[in-house]
Amino acid sequence: MALFDMRLQQLHEQLHDKELSVAELVDESYRRIKETDPSIRAFITLNEEQAREQAAELDRQLAAGAERGLLFGLPAGIKDNIVTEGLLTTCASRFLSNYNPIYDATVVKKLKSAQSVTVGKLNMDEFAMGGSNENSGFFPTRNPWNTDYVPGGSSGGSAASVAAGQVYFALGSDTGGSIRQPAAYCGIVGLKPTYGLVSRFGLVAFASSLDQIGPLTKNVEDAAYVLQAIAGYDPMDSTSANVDIPDYISALTGDVKGMRIGVPKEYMGQGIDPKVKEAILAALKVFEGLGATWEEVSLPHTEYAVATYYLLASSEASSNLARFDGVRYGVRADNPDNLLDLYRKSRSQGFGPEVKRRIMLGTYALSSGYYDAYYLKAQKVRTLIKRDFDNVFANYDVIIGPTAPTTAFRIGEQIGDPLTMYLNDICTIPVSLAGVPAISVPCGMADGLPIGLQIIGKPFDETTVLRTAHAFEQHTDHHKRRPQL
Amino acid sequence: MLPVLNRQAVEYAMKAAMALNCTIADVSKFDRKNYFYPDSPKAYQISQYDQPIGRDGWIDIEVNGQTKRIGITRLHLEEDAGKLTHVSGGQASLVDFNRVGTPLLEIVSEPDIRSPEEARAYLEKLKAIMQYCDVSDVKMEQGSLRCDANISLRPYGQKEFGTKTELKNMNSFRGVQRGLEYEQWRQADVLDSGGRVVQETRRWDEAQGRTVSMRSKEEAHDYRYFPDPDLVKLIIDDEWKARVRATIPELPDARKARYTTDYGLSSYDAEVITSSKKLADLFEESLAYTKDAKAVANWIMGDLLGHLNANNLEIGDVPITGQGLGEMIGLIEKGTISNKIAKTVFKEMLESGKLPQQIVEEKGLVQISDEGAIREIVNRVVEANPQSVEDYKAGKQKAIGFLVGQVMKETKGKANPGLVNQLLAERLNG
Repeated sequence: MALFDMRLQQLHEQLHDKELSVAELVDESYRRIKETDPSIRAFITLNEEQAREQAAELDRQLAAGAERGLLFGLPAGIKDNIVTEGLLTTCASRFLSNYNPIYDATVVKKLKSAQSVTVGKLNMDEFAMGGSNENSGFFPTRNPWNTDYVPGGSSGGSAASVAAGQVYFALGSDTGGSIRQPAAYCGIVGLKPTYGLVSRFGLVAFASSLDQIGPLTKNVEDAAYVLQAIAGYDPMDSTSANVDIPDYISALTGDVKGMRIGVPKEYMGQGIDPKVKEAILAALKVFEGLGATWEEVSLPHTEYAVATYYLLASSEASSNLARFDGVRYGVRADNPDNLLDLYRKSRSQGFGPEVKRRIMLGTYALSSGYYDAYYLKAQKVRTLIKRDFDNVFANYDVIIGPTAPTTAFRIGEQIGDPLTMYLNDICTIPVSLAGVPAISVPCGMADGLPIGLQIIGKPFDETTVLRTAHAFEQHTDHHKRRPQL
Repeated sequence: MLPVLNRQAVEYAMKAAMALNCTIADVSKFDRKNYFYPDSPKAYQISQYDQPIGRDGWIDIEVNGQTKRIGITRLHLEEDAGKLTHVSGGQASLVDFNRVGTPLLEIVSEPDIRSPEEARAYLEKLKAIMQYCDVSDVKMEQGSLRCDANISLRPYGQKEFGTKTELKNMNSFRGVQRGLEYEQWRQADVLDSGGRVVQETRRWDEAQGRTVSMRSKEEAHDYRYFPDPDLVKLIIDDEWKARVRATIPELPDARKARYTTDYGLSSYDAEVITSSKKLADLFEESLAYTKDAKAVANWIMGDLLGHLNANNLEIGDVPITGQGLGEMIGLIEKGTISNKIAKTVFKEMLESGKLPQQIVEEKGLVQISDEGAIREIVNRVVEANPQSVEDYKAGKQKAIGFLVGQVMKETKGKANPGLVNQLLAERLNG
């Protein structure tokens, strides 16, 4: 069994018993990266020298019996839109190809205090805009199950890296499905926490009212451990929720008896690949067998979610990305004629086509004379979408459906058709707009590519989401499949 | 980086809004004002668009003895931008980011002001109120108070306002008044010669004493305001409002009323003294040491403000205390020092902040009221100036003034002037 396929608890015991060293774990990570990254290209920047130094230091602590926490010594990959002090943070954009942050994101600080080891920064769609990793300003990441296929996105590097066994776990960010969809495409577990549960401080903003950082892992238990480490109130983030953080690990009881599951008909109808639908229905059978019940429910405003999302997220993005003007951050265009020309040239050269498309869309939606028709109306629809979820959650414990309507698609297949591409997020976007937590877990294969099951919970009810996902995992083997690379 | 709301700044804003008689919002929010310019590293400014902290207030100003009410449209909180310095020759601009993100209160007045003089009075009153509330040190010269002024003209009797221009870059109240005066006549010239005023922003050039066009309305930005998703709504409940309201001190108008009724000060003196909280505090502190409020007011209005204006100082720049001023007036009342010596003492207090008793002792300024001592000097002066004595006796009343002067000179000004006059008269007429 591969080192990273061991359960976290078991790894920890081996470390504790000196049967294993942190240096060996870090070695394994870089060995696997050297072996597989030429074909999947998950990493933008490696942190090898520092990681090995840190491993040596952690091994000294281990020898002194001073290790603490279950993430101790575990090799982790960080999505490249989460700032890391002294380690390039590019957002997979040419604009930020030279950006060396002077501070750590709150989640990075928390991982440092949990003593995991950051092995490098992971590829993504530029500024987290996209669902295939083809929008990376440098190179696309490929799906470890079939390198002709996309890994999903925007946290495609994070998902591919975990699936390929390059890291023990990864952090991603999810704005409209950017953790869950690549997790589904790569056959791993991806959790988007409730908006506000994990600090956004140090996450380069795409759409501030939607962005959430979360874990990508090989199993639900690991997701719970990582969430435990990164969740919690942060006074540096005004939208961070001041809530008590429960013990997520002890919630993994395997018991879903009597649980009421709602299955939205909008997630199981038109546009859903029959093989995906079949896998979801099979998963629901598993839950029935465990004593849960499920019923079809409706989230009636689902059809407006994608349009709503692209107005709101793009509006926020148009403002969030305005700071990249060639003056203070990143790359500056050469030989501008004047200030305006400096802005124009820097932004024209720095941003890729998808980012430009969304900046233009958002700028338009916020413009005088269009604000009411677009931005304001989208805000109102967002409220209705949120209400859809409230209504269902009044009678059900969780909502279950597919993470994405299809499995991964071929590289290049959809890049010329942004609208089709946007519809891949039809099942994840409403959840983001509602701000509620959701997890994607593997639930089957179709034509050699993984299928993801999405479990959606009430706000701040990550414990139920994790418990449900864990129970499913305990009674299925989907999560044990590994791609052959 | 993410913004976090500064609660203290919100309380300052609430306090200021209350002092300007505004209605305080129950729910307020922050919006992004988007624009590209090097003074803003984020390319947007966090401001308040449609739910400001305060709205619909007013203040009273006094111009030429008339009280007038000026409406306050709104008061909102925003973040300051960087300071740009344009290097001469147009080759470069420097940006100072040090003040970026510091809280700034913007106060918008209703178009109720009818003259540059009223504009200045409005600013003076606004400054006084902010100072009383301790919301800002309101120093226009240092940028902690800034002003953009809009001005338009219209024919007498017309209801609608004419096309306005906006003036920027004034760095003193006097500059605002002068800029508006210039702009008033510039617009009048344009209109009188049949032209149209262009709606634009104009920069006040202090050195040349004129306004210059900066940019016209056609180039105006679409700021694409929208709620800042990084900040949550600001809920201001009644309990919080009450807590802040309780911290508002007695404001200038209330003090002024008290000074005229309780102390019999003229409306003008009361207005001047209360226009600065420190001045008013000095006035009141003095009254703990003397009952003569009018004398205190006279010293403040005369010697103190004279000194400050002549040296371009503010009251906070001189170490004088209420105790010093009050005790000094007490010394005059007791006859320990003359009014003339008091002026010397006062000057010393302005410089050293020492108490008058100490100054009088150190400099030996105690008034000589010893009859015997003065008579001796009077005798000596009379004997030394026979010509003057003769002149006096020949009817030249003026001569006695010379003799008094000689006595004062001998005593270095310390002789009690009343006594000198009396003893001289006795001697000459005796």
